[in-house]
Amino acid sequence: MNLLIKGGRVIDPSQNLDDTLDVLVENGRVTQVGKQLAAPAGAETVDATGKYVVPGLIDMHVHLRDPGLEYKEDIISGTRAAAAGGFTSVCCMPNTKPCIDNKAVVSYIINKAKAEGCCNVFPVGTITYGMSGDRMAEMGELKESGCVAVSDDGKPVCNSELMMRSLQYAKGIGIMVISHAEELSLVGQGTMNEGFTSTELGLKGIPRVAEDIATARDIMLAEYTGSPVHIAHVSTQGSVRIIRDAKARGVKVTCETAPHYFTLTDDAVRGYNTNAKMNPPLREAADVAAIQEGLRDGTIDCIATDHAPHHQDEKDVEFAEAMNGIIGLETSLPLSLGLVASGVLTLQQLIEKMACNPSNILNLGRGSLKAGSVADITVIDPDKSWVVTEASLASKSKNSPWLGQTMKGAAACTILGGKIVFNGR
Amino acid sequence: MAEFKHKDIIALRDLTKEEIELLLSTAENMREINSRDIKKVPTLRGRTIINLFYEASTRTRTSFEIAGKRLSADTVNISPSTSSATKGETLSDTALNLLAMKPDIIVMRHAVSGSHYFLSKRLPNCSIINAGDGAHEHPSQGLLDMLTMKDKFGRLDGLKVAIVGDITHSRVARSNIQGLTKLGSSVFLAGPPTMMPPGVEKLGNVTVCGTMKEAIQDADVVMMLRIQQERQGKTLMPNTREYSRYFGLNPENVKLAKPDAMVMHPGPINRGVEMSSYVVDGDQSHILRQVENGVAVRMSMLYHVCGGELE
Repeated sequence: MNLLIKGGRVIDPSQNLDDTLDVLVENGRVTQVGKQLAAPAGAETVDATGKYVVPGLIDMHVHLRDPGLEYKEDIISGTRAAAAGGFTSVCCMPNTKPCIDNKAVVSYIINKAKAEGCCNVFPVGTITYGMSGDRMAEMGELKESGCVAVSDDGKPVCNSELMMRSLQYAKGIGIMVISHAEELSLVGQGTMNEGFTSTELGLKGIPRVAEDIATARDIMLAEYTGSPVHIAHVSTQGSVRIIRDAKARGVKVTCETAPHYFTLTDDAVRGYNTNAKMNPPLREAADVAAIQEGLRDGTIDCIATDHAPHHQDEKDVEFAEAMNGIIGLETSLPLSLGLVASGVLTLQQLIEKMACNPSNILNLGRGSLKAGSVADITVIDPDKSWVVTEASLASKSKNSPWLGQTMKGAAACTILGGKIVFNGR
Repeated sequence: MAEFKHKDIIALRDLTKEEIELLLSTAENMREINSRDIKKVPTLRGRTIINLFYEASTRTRTSFEIAGKRLSADTVNISPSTSSATKGETLSDTALNLLAMKPDIIVMRHAVSGSHYFLSKRLPNCSIINAGDGAHEHPSQGLLDMLTMKDKFGRLDGLKVAIVGDITHSRVARSNIQGLTKLGSSVFLAGPPTMMPPGVEKLGNVTVCGTMKEAIQDADVVMMLRIQQERQGKTLMPNTREYSRYFGLNPENVKLAKPDAMVMHPGPINRGVEMSSYVVDGDQSHILRQVENGVAVRMSMLYHVCGGELE
């Protein structure tokens, strides 16, 4: 299918482009980016006037819950939510049932996504067999069958020796380790960030150091072994500082943060709001400021939502019983555009964090509109106003702290391999 | 005449000074009923009160039950070990099922902070009274503690109240801090640093003291909290011997407080750990008066959430 995307502001950091240009897509690939392009016969025109045209956005941390937990989300609804959020690619985390520790599950996911999904799904395999934290998974097989990274996300790898061996082994295989950095002995029965809010609400707190210690440990192991490591969902000022220092030293560490960590504090929990309960938990104002600064100065490479759908029965309970996690695919774009509006990031930097960097870190071969690239393209309407409601969300689950709120910004058109998979709200 | 406008009583944090004073003054009136031969008034006749206690309780549950019965209400007790909670029924479903039987008041104690707000949202026509939720609040305890102090000193304004123990896990401490600071007392906290929650000094006129000595020096009230062995892991303090050495109240250190100071404890007491028996049973102890006031305070709470029209 051929497309001509006309008159949009094309922002492609991979080519240092930021200009009003047309983009021509032929046979699923970008063939030309230039001024006043002519539409070839049979090409559909997408009017991108007043909109941004960027390389298809990539969310490298998503829980699709399929196989095994389809009551929360599945590959079809999850990729639909992704496309609605402007994402052309997602990396799905392995804590499914069964978990992604063997080629059968990897193949299932890849094939189902190809057949019925609305975006690319790049599976992340497990670090340890069965996510047991006991011994390594067959990372070679996982990579060969299509995994782009390994992670035990949802859990840390507690045993430091095993983490060290995993980093070494993964480096040999050539696959990235994404670490869920959490020191469990400090977390205990905690349900929210430890601070004044937890004191006032009488809820057990999780101290920031539970994340900082684990981040430091993983970075030191990466440094010692010369292996790369990617730290997932950074939420604390301590983590940001540790990562910044490590990068300055030349350690091969990259990291991501989620929109809730740069927009919400633990005040959102007040009223015992289970849609503000996730792991790592929402932190305090100083942490939010540090996360924004980390995004601004390049310490934090990517924005990834940690989209974690949960059924109403799992969230509509007493606070301590509620499962951790919130959905994020459909609200990430407006919230992240907010960083541009507030001057934390330039638009180009934002697109780097949401497309180019995830692609480069995981070698996905995306994140660019260079001629010859696969035509994964997102057309963004930065002014589109819409309200987050259960009805307006494509995800099966509706566990979002932004329910009822008005968002500014949305995908006007999501194009996957040259095909329009989402045509605006 | 002040009015009590809340459907529920979940936290002293949610009440104003005037509302707290109203609950206390009504409790004083209720006390008179408790000293009669026939301890019964028809005030809540025909009302149904369900006592839903998910956690163990001696004082609070008995006290609420007696309070309800003295006001002529029909009281029902449900405890988890004999209910369908053992079959995994959720709080939400339990509440909806009870709602179908049209109770007027549910008095609940639950291990999870915030459960009462959760319940209240689902039961718009039923009053919810908090008999303790996790580490969040225990408003009836806070109120009866304040009433006991008011009995002795005639006021709460300007009192120096020391609270010593595991503040982090204490809903009693939180309710007392909220109520006392609203009514003009100053609160001094002491306890092992591992049991002192961050930011607690921001809750009001609260000072965190480095030592127990500092907190009880010249105090009008010394309130000791129980070391809650079932709530914390073994890592918060070496053992009870160390604890009682540095944070226990005994006949020697109780002298640091004012000569007419009151000694209080919400119960149950670990004799010899947070307080020596001499102090528990001594002249300065108001512990049993607290319990006595508990019934009156709970009668006041039940009365006011029902609209407070004394027959």
